[in-house]
Amino acid sequence: MSGGISLDRKFRERWFMLLMGSFLVVYIIWPLAGMFFRADWGLVVSTSRDSVVVGALWRSIWTAAAATGIIAIFGTPLAYFLARQDFKGRSVLEAVIDVPIMVPHTVAGIAVLMAFSPKAPAGAMLVKAGLSPVNSHLGIILACMFVSIPFYVDAARDAFHGVSPRLENVSRTLGASFPHVFFRITLPLAKRGLVSGLIMSWARGVSEFGAIVIIAYHPMVAPTLIYDRFATFGLKYSTPIAVQLILVCLGMFVVLRVLVSGKRRDGAGS
Amino acid sequence: MIRLADLSIDLGEFVLDNFSLSVDKGEFFMVVGPSGAGKTVLLESIAGLRHPSGGRILIGGRDVTGLPPERRRVALVYQDYALFPHMTVEENIRWGLRFLRDPDPGHVEGLFRLLRLERLLERSPDTLSGGEQQRVALARALAVKPSVILLDEPISALDPRFREDLQDYLSRINREGMTIMMVTHDFNEVLSLGHRVAVIVEGSLQQVGDVKTVFREPANRLVAEFVGMKNLFPSSVKGRRACLEGGVSLVLNGQQRVGECLIGIRPEDVMIGGDLLEDTENVFSGRVVSIVPRGMAFEVVFQVEDLRLTGRMLSSALVREDVHPGGECRVGFCPEAIHVFKGDNPI
Repeated sequence: MSGGISLDRKFRERWFMLLMGSFLVVYIIWPLAGMFFRADWGLVVSTSRDSVVVGALWRSIWTAAAATGIIAIFGTPLAYFLARQDFKGRSVLEAVIDVPIMVPHTVAGIAVLMAFSPKAPAGAMLVKAGLSPVNSHLGIILACMFVSIPFYVDAARDAFHGVSPRLENVSRTLGASFPHVFFRITLPLAKRGLVSGLIMSWARGVSEFGAIVIIAYHPMVAPTLIYDRFATFGLKYSTPIAVQLILVCLGMFVVLRVLVSGKRRDGAGS
Repeated sequence: MIRLADLSIDLGEFVLDNFSLSVDKGEFFMVVGPSGAGKTVLLESIAGLRHPSGGRILIGGRDVTGLPPERRRVALVYQDYALFPHMTVEENIRWGLRFLRDPDPGHVEGLFRLLRLERLLERSPDTLSGGEQQRVALARALAVKPSVILLDEPISALDPRFREDLQDYLSRINREGMTIMMVTHDFNEVLSLGHRVAVIVEGSLQQVGDVKTVFREPANRLVAEFVGMKNLFPSSVKGRRACLEGGVSLVLNGQQRVGECLIGIRPEDVMIGGDLLEDTENVFSGRVVSIVPRGMAFEVVFQVEDLRLTGRMLSSALVREDVHPGGECRVGFCPEAIHVFKGDNPI
């Protein structure tokens, strides 16, 4: 740490803040690191060949990605609207979007199950179309969507907010139509925030258990399988899957972060 | 070139109401008013970025009130330049060309030369100085050959050393035939650039006219205060004489109408001592109340009987006449310097 001493004199208060705050950082790293050190790596390797485990991991990844894709299609316009338009009920609408963060995930699962059970109109329509919302991939995606929405929409709204409307205005007066401006000016400038929102939304979906387990215990996603193994065989047999899930998530997280931060030429004209 | 007919714009907190004015082809037209008077919004409305709540906008004889911005051929340059941060200077300038039916590469090359941008083309906008960014924004606007360009306080935000530079560029662009409508809150810019000027105060159009006329003969007290006509006195006019409250009597230039009205004298027209010609008719003995430096000149307040008279003079004159606070001196102005306001109400 170069310059540590001068920092020490100048910002003694900050060192205190760091000291206090580092408790939380340790609190995150300690249990996860412990899991890695104490895991039976022989079992980790052997379970990674278990087709049930691989299937569950893969299912977690793609269902969360599908949910995030659907959220991006509808959430991007919503986020843009919220960033640009000032209106009376905006804070109410923003609060509604954040509700899934507040609701216990099992409650979210029950609500989604009731809305899409074959007896409810929406569920009946899906069944008629040959799609089963309960104990199916569709059910997993529906549950993931519900809990992931705020993570994408909030991040995207902030990203759009960071792009000056004046940049859009100027490009309009130079002859560009709205779609052209949106795809060539607004989206590229909001990209970092948007991708960050996608990662958050996807990560939320991968880690979801409570809502999914209610609407679709089967087919099992990774968190359900971990719980299932834990309940039937105990800690020893659930840990290897947990380690693998963390490795997959961290891997995706790091790769996407690096991809996005590779280009640092945006940041909106403010 | 631009004609606004009974234009009304709702700004939420206040309203620009029933605006009518027209800008001729090739004109350098100024819109001036205090900050927050809705000048930017007026430009955005002309560019099609806001919907007026009433009235019509005509550009080049064509009614564009319902047209989207991309079909108006009106380019807007913001005070903060609004350059696209994810593109180079050249990509910024060429951005609009793809929407033109017959892009003219020679025209853009010419702009690079005119605005001295050749060496900046590969740079990213955030590495440029304010003056350079403003030149890029101008080039980007001119590249699409608009029929008029709208400038939103292009000079105020610049470092002083870039200001004259940009004024020169703007008047050159105008001399080459471009119609320019520029808003500003600084009347000095109006004097050095504008042909005609519209003064907006408190959401309404106070006066439109030749820059010199507005400067010397403001329409009312609001405009007078804005253009720096500091000496405003209610008076009663009869023939060639104006009687002010407190009994001071002034000689006016020629026969004026009779009645109660406001008169005004620009501080630059107030003279002292040796500057006063023998036959200047309005000469008084005054006591110096205060001397405040204002840029290159000084603002001197005199007490003349019951009147407070503000003059603006150079330090050489102050030294020559030994003017100092509390001192006495001869102070006056010629009859031509007195502006008699037309309105009836001498508020």
